[in-house]
Amino acid sequence: MPVSKRTSKIFVCLALFMSFGLMGCSGGRNGGGPVNIVGAGSTFVNPLFQKWLSEYGKLNPNVHMDYQSIGSGAGIKQILSQTVDFGASDTAMKDDDLKAAPGPIIHIPVVLGAVVVTYNLPAMAQPLHFSQEVLADIFLGKIKKWDDPRIKADNPGVNLPNGEITVVHRSDGSGTSAVFTDYLSKVSAEWKEKVGAGTSPSWPVGIGGKGNEGVTGQVKQTPNTIGYVELAYAVKNNLPVALIKNKSGSFVQPSFDTVTAAAAESVASTPEDLRVSITDPSGAGTYPISSYVYVLLYKEQKSADKGKAVVDFLWWGIHDGENFAKDLQYAPLPAEIVKRAEMKINSITAAGKPLR
Amino acid sequence: MRTALENSSDKLRFVGRGSDWRRLLSPTGNAGDAVFRGLMLSAALLVVAIGASMIFALTSDSMLSIRHFGFAFLTSREWNPIKGEFGALPFIYGTVVSSLIALLISVPLSLGIAIFLVEQAPYYVARPIGFLVELLAAIPSVVYGLWGIFVLAPFLRVYVEPRLARWLGWTPFFRGSFTGIGLLTGGIILAIMVTPIISAVVRDVLAAVPSSQREAALALGATKWETTRVVLVNGAPGIAGAVILGLGRALGETMAVTMVIGNRPQISASLFEPSYTIASAIANEFTEATQDLYLSALVELGLILFLVTFVVNGIARVLVWNVTRKTGGVARAA
Repeated sequence: MPVSKRTSKIFVCLALFMSFGLMGCSGGRNGGGPVNIVGAGSTFVNPLFQKWLSEYGKLNPNVHMDYQSIGSGAGIKQILSQTVDFGASDTAMKDDDLKAAPGPIIHIPVVLGAVVVTYNLPAMAQPLHFSQEVLADIFLGKIKKWDDPRIKADNPGVNLPNGEITVVHRSDGSGTSAVFTDYLSKVSAEWKEKVGAGTSPSWPVGIGGKGNEGVTGQVKQTPNTIGYVELAYAVKNNLPVALIKNKSGSFVQPSFDTVTAAAAESVASTPEDLRVSITDPSGAGTYPISSYVYVLLYKEQKSADKGKAVVDFLWWGIHDGENFAKDLQYAPLPAEIVKRAEMKINSITAAGKPLR
Repeated sequence: MRTALENSSDKLRFVGRGSDWRRLLSPTGNAGDAVFRGLMLSAALLVVAIGASMIFALTSDSMLSIRHFGFAFLTSREWNPIKGEFGALPFIYGTVVSSLIALLISVPLSLGIAIFLVEQAPYYVARPIGFLVELLAAIPSVVYGLWGIFVLAPFLRVYVEPRLARWLGWTPFFRGSFTGIGLLTGGIILAIMVTPIISAVVRDVLAAVPSSQREAALALGATKWETTRVVLVNGAPGIAGAVILGLGRALGETMAVTMVIGNRPQISASLFEPSYTIASAIANEFTEATQDLYLSALVELGLILFLVTFVVNGIARVLVWNVTRKTGGVARAA
């Protein structure tokens, strides 16, 4: 019997739907098919991760990776709710969060970053020097003018203007703020009591900019401002970077060597799970406001394929990936920490068997 | 030959032949009509469902904070995520004051634009200027924010705020140091964003005033300005509605404001000082709010903003609709 026009239209529609459905099912095939990995977290490490993803993707075209830079806090939330394969955070997870996780989470340090103090003053021959207490008091609002005698004491012979200091801080929650306030809490008891450390502290003074870009923009635009940003932002925008006095008493410039030295100094006191704060270390050439960036993932991976892909990526990252770090203004890990990270990566399992 | 009764019963048979759902949805019982009506009905119900689900989601997610803080949330000034203390007063203050500044600047400006376009400008001038004003409404909020940081804030810091501090520094509104970033800048940017809306609605309201009113005033010997006054009085409820509509937009504006307002939860009389609005707080802090109470407090802020904007927009719509409906009817009759 001849097929009517209406019936043939129905068949065509059904055929189209079925083919779409089958196309959609192609992802997630095991054994030789492309593997899709999703990571999310710290905005600070985003430039480096994008570089790593593209370089690693060239070497391993069957692994499709995606990283969303939504912030350290959001990255931690996503890994706790198991919506991503790995998270990235500027600060280690707290004990409460780890207890609330459905399974044990491993912290793997992948790179080092520095939070630098930048300012907008008429051009000077040398960058400014700040000692720890002076820095804390500026951010507490106790030191109000640039030509305050305490700032002058740190910078003998420098002609400081008689302007009011405008502090610029982060308005959004941020790992950078967490590292900076962690440092200030260590060097100033008043800061620790009044404000404390965290991703969204209640700043005593200052205006808030959104993101590292917001703070950089504010400092660049407005004279007599002081703010804190990640090293990469200060370097890329040609902003002056202040030297900070470290625990041993020397004024240190943030650079790859001084940041790696800060990490190396803390190796001895780094606990087994590698969650450590490396701000305010002792040692002559250490930069006091440094931090690890951690990748967070579950010890027991659900899918062997995805787990192997992530584990291989991280192994590549802490070895070959470190070569790309310096160009993007991140400091590479000290050798000792690389070894300990290797041990952590080797301990990741799927269905009880180690993946490496 | 068929009788009338048989013909009509044929029709009834045709109508009754379909299942009940066709009769229910469409008066003719036609299947195509019924399906069409069903689709349009579900589209309309979808909007209602979205609104209801938003209210439900906001309320349920903020229950934790409502139970924890109670009424004190609305009166507390402390916003400290580390210590777990949250209070909405600085945000409510910042939102209200920045919107008020915006209205103070924008309403005279918009009225002037609308009167010029409706009463005074020749047609070939009114069209392009009207078009340009409405174009301002189409610029994205983020672009306003960028313009604010790079153009408006330095301009205010260098030219406007020093003069304000010198001439009006004796009032509590212009004290303290100025950086170009603060409540004043936020208010000005909001004024620019809100002007196209108010002027567009006022233009419609004034145009809806029947020309018989204008002609009567002119016939009695009124000047152009007095005639315009008559028109304004006629359209007063509509103008109020337009202003409240603009207020509704100003209350909810996020990105442009967060870039220039300084993001500091404090209550200060001086307009040079930074401040914080509810929308900016949510935009800034939502992604990093990992503790449940923090998240719940932010959602409660959102609930407050939602309710306020809902009510404000509702009042505005009723006022504007009332005016254009009534005067439109009179114009048709005249």
